[in-house]
Amino acid sequence: MLLFIVIAPLLTALLILIGAPARLTALLGSAATLIASFAAFFVYDTARGGFQFVSSFPISATWRLQFLLGADGLTLIMLLLAALVLLCAVWFTPPVEKSERLFYACLLFIAGGAIGAFASLDLFFFYAFHELALIPTFLLIGIWGSGNRSAAAWKITIYLGLGSFVLLLGLIMLYRSVPPELRSFDLRALQLVAASGGILPAAQNQIFFLLLIGFGVLISLFPFHSWAPEAYASAPAPAAMLHAGVLKKFGLYGLLRVALPLLPEGAQHWRTLLIVLLLGNIIYVGLVTIAQKRLDWMLGYSSVMHMGYIFLGIASANVIGLNGAAVLMFAHGISIALLFALAGEIRRRAGTLVFADLGGLGKLMPFAGFAFGVAAFASIGLPGFANFAAEVMVFFGAFRVGADWQGFHLFQVATVLALWGVVISAVYMLRAYRAIFMGAPNERLHSPFPDLSRTLRLPIVLLIAATMIVGFLPNTVLRLLQPTFSAPVAANR
Amino acid sequence: MTSILPWIALLLPLVSASVIIGATRPLRTLSAFISVGAVLGSFVCATLIFFQQTSAASSFSWISLGSHFSVPLGLTLDPLSRSMLFMVTGVGALIHIYSLGYMGTDEGKSRYFAGLSLFMFSMLGIVLANNFVMMFIFWELVGVSSYLLIGHWFERPSAADAAKKAFITNRLGDFGFMLGILMVWNATGSLVFGDIAAGMARFTGHPVYLTAAALFVFCGAVGKSAQFPLHVWLPDAMEGPTPVSALIHAATMVAAGVYMLVRVGFLIDASLGALQGIAWIGTITAVLAALMATQQSDIKRILAYSTLSQLGYMVMAVGLASGQAAMFHLYTHAAFKALLFLGSGSIIFMLHHEQNIWRMGGLAKRLPITFLTFAVGTLALIGFPGFSGFFSKDAILALAYERSLPIFVFAAFTALLTAYYMTRLVVVAFFGSPRSEAAVHGAEAPPVMTIPLVILAIPAALGGFGFFATRFLVLPNEKEHLLVVPTIAFGCLLVGVLSAALFYRNRSSDPIDIELFRNRFYIDEFYTGLIKATQGALASLSSFVDRWILDGAVVRGLSGSVWGSGFLLRLLQVGNLQAYGFIFGLGIIGLIYFTVFH
Repeated sequence: MLLFIVIAPLLTALLILIGAPARLTALLGSAATLIASFAAFFVYDTARGGFQFVSSFPISATWRLQFLLGADGLTLIMLLLAALVLLCAVWFTPPVEKSERLFYACLLFIAGGAIGAFASLDLFFFYAFHELALIPTFLLIGIWGSGNRSAAAWKITIYLGLGSFVLLLGLIMLYRSVPPELRSFDLRALQLVAASGGILPAAQNQIFFLLLIGFGVLISLFPFHSWAPEAYASAPAPAAMLHAGVLKKFGLYGLLRVALPLLPEGAQHWRTLLIVLLLGNIIYVGLVTIAQKRLDWMLGYSSVMHMGYIFLGIASANVIGLNGAAVLMFAHGISIALLFALAGEIRRRAGTLVFADLGGLGKLMPFAGFAFGVAAFASIGLPGFANFAAEVMVFFGAFRVGADWQGFHLFQVATVLALWGVVISAVYMLRAYRAIFMGAPNERLHSPFPDLSRTLRLPIVLLIAATMIVGFLPNTVLRLLQPTFSAPVAANR
Repeated sequence: MTSILPWIALLLPLVSASVIIGATRPLRTLSAFISVGAVLGSFVCATLIFFQQTSAASSFSWISLGSHFSVPLGLTLDPLSRSMLFMVTGVGALIHIYSLGYMGTDEGKSRYFAGLSLFMFSMLGIVLANNFVMMFIFWELVGVSSYLLIGHWFERPSAADAAKKAFITNRLGDFGFMLGILMVWNATGSLVFGDIAAGMARFTGHPVYLTAAALFVFCGAVGKSAQFPLHVWLPDAMEGPTPVSALIHAATMVAAGVYMLVRVGFLIDASLGALQGIAWIGTITAVLAALMATQQSDIKRILAYSTLSQLGYMVMAVGLASGQAAMFHLYTHAAFKALLFLGSGSIIFMLHHEQNIWRMGGLAKRLPITFLTFAVGTLALIGFPGFSGFFSKDAILALAYERSLPIFVFAAFTALLTAYYMTRLVVVAFFGSPRSEAAVHGAEAPPVMTIPLVILAIPAALGGFGFFATRFLVLPNEKEHLLVVPTIAFGCLLVGVLSAALFYRNRSSDPIDIELFRNRFYIDEFYTGLIKATQGALASLSSFVDRWILDGAVVRGLSGSVWGSGFLLRLLQVGNLQAYGFIFGLGIIGLIYFTVFH
């Protein structure tokens, strides 16, 4: 089943490239992926826990390299997210004027690469799948982007290229830090080695730093974030949905899957640095977000800002915070995809996303206004949506670390500032909503200004339903995460 | 005995909101009746719960992480929540019915009633919640429904801005609230009110921590109950439809802060420092808001400042460690203030959205039912002996007299101001001669609007008497020797009424002009400046740094010097698949190279 989920999008992309009808095939392929992910979600046996659906195809015995797939609760939630956003991104693709086939194939390759990385239990393929997903991202921005697309594509190439390079260095060092007879790309084997103290603390410190920076660049960790807003502003809406919603989660997934469990000492060592950087994401980038004057840039920055909360959950490294981080990855993916989808539709109609040129769209596009309101409130953590449940866990998890009666220490201060970020995000989101949807319709908007068509409403309802189900009943996903995060990371116990 | 009734009462409005949003939005009248039906259903459940004294309901798990963390969804059913449930659904039902008339022809009627239903759901959640996180959930949802309803006429810039301001100001308070919740949870290891109350001993020896936690929790109430210094959103919230002002911004939601403080009384009462801070915040709010009310000319704004001032009384009572006195005033206030707002609504509705009292006049003859009920509400609000407000205000004044003389002086002064500004309002709007075309042609509102007025007038008049009030709450015990308190209060009332009557009889413009009061002590202007100077400046600075230093210098410098832009730029001509493939293929090759040959 897992093999099917990994292969389906890639196969669909190939079919489209050789000549199958692009849009229909893409829709069918992504729907099949979603259904399979959903099935896997229910088939997974939580009582047994651990990695299931394992399948392995040996490639080289001497290097101990194999194509190894497997999934636990965390994986399954990410697969579900990827498949869901993929389907909606394909659905939201407007008529493409040049090389339609390549466009759809790129979307499928991004999702396929992300899914492959999430499902790989082998470090080599984990890395390779992500690289596979990056290339189509650049193409989508470079060929079909808007605004200053070549600069944006160039910047994201340098940034993510550098990030991947640092990450690669870290992974190589990780591979070589293990005694030669135990070396393996197999994550499960490495976890056993790490659990028995096979990776020395000094090596852990070095490697964790490289992984933190490498993954960090991919996640837009402050101060390596400035590629993100520009890239998302230039990218066509479906590409922004997939990258911000899904592919960016690769870095976070890597921290949760590789860095934290294998290098607990290293995580402990760099904790203060991580806190400082993530507060940069929340407070500094939050303020930058307030100052934005166009929706696409604002959404890009807000997505960077929200990474700070996920980092906070990871930094706390306890059961509450890690569960919160995982759920927040899912929640953020849904809400940002929704926001970028709607922003794309507004841009298609108004030709601009500058706040001053918009206004009163709530009257012209009631459904879009409703959907954007839902997405905005979801993203600022309103109860009822997954984001809130996740943020609650992140805050409670982080606040607990090192707490005592004496006063506030590192994590308590960080939690307070992160809570302040919740106020900041309300400010910029409501300001944007006020500027775009409320007030009288802007005179510069030429009529007619049609609301979202009925067919476009379905994916929106799908995304809203997903975040509301998790928001109302967080236990549906926590049940799956339980086996993965049932104990705090070693060094924090 | 566990019962499903409380859950039905809670969920009916949610079902109604979902049905309206999902299905019946185009059918406006049907949507309205679904919403009214839901609140009536909740009211019936609440009545049954109230009289059967249901004391338990089933509970669910919302978040469960084994032994590490768990948030239940459970309901508290004690005398406090049962009577609050009864009051909220009762007033809510009346205002839903009234809205059928007031919003009868509104284009966004479905949206309006969906908002009201969502509000009822959230408010009932606050009343019933048995733990902090659950209360916070509904606390935020109440904030959203308030945002939606204030911004109901979102095409109006003033309404859109008011909605935004209300939500953000509330978030500011919730920032402190969440922090308080975290501190309490850290100390006691629990979120459930009952367990925390039982574990209060853990705070022994940590008075500073306790005071800080209690005051942070209080921040939530400062936001929601619009206490100084976060009171600025409530007057602006009057941009919403008048029934909304009556239900949310007078009778129920703004009282939620007070209710919450009473609910967590075990926490607040344990810290003397917190009590003192709370009492003084309430006192300051009561006096400042009453002063502001004396110089307003918009009928709804006068009532809004009056609400602020009365909420100040309630918070004062909480700070004087008497939750009973606070709840007593909360109930009587809910009745007479909802009545006053609905009365003002029927004037506004019949005068084609005229809200300026100086453009009214002589309405007593034109809208007799509205006038009579409005008079009952006014007498209750100013605390005329025999009316409900007299008893509840007297309880608070007596309390202040006993525990803190300075607070008593301010409280009595506020009573004087209350009598003054309400007399001013009544004299200017209802007496004299009509001062505008609309006022000349004003007529009585339809029965669907006047019947709720008459019904609300009953508790507003009688609600203070023991035989009535004791069914709903435990009255604070009054001591005999405090006869001096009602005497002073009545003296204040007389001075207020007579001076206002003297100043404002037969006037066509305000003879008194105090800019400081009319401009709300310039607090709004101060905040605007403050935000611009701090957050605005910081945001611009960060944005500049990000654009020109972090991104501009570092990134461009990096790409220029290190990589040799010429070569790579040519290689990476946009859209060149092979170039990208090449660069990232390099990564893979690198990986293989290092692992194999080293």
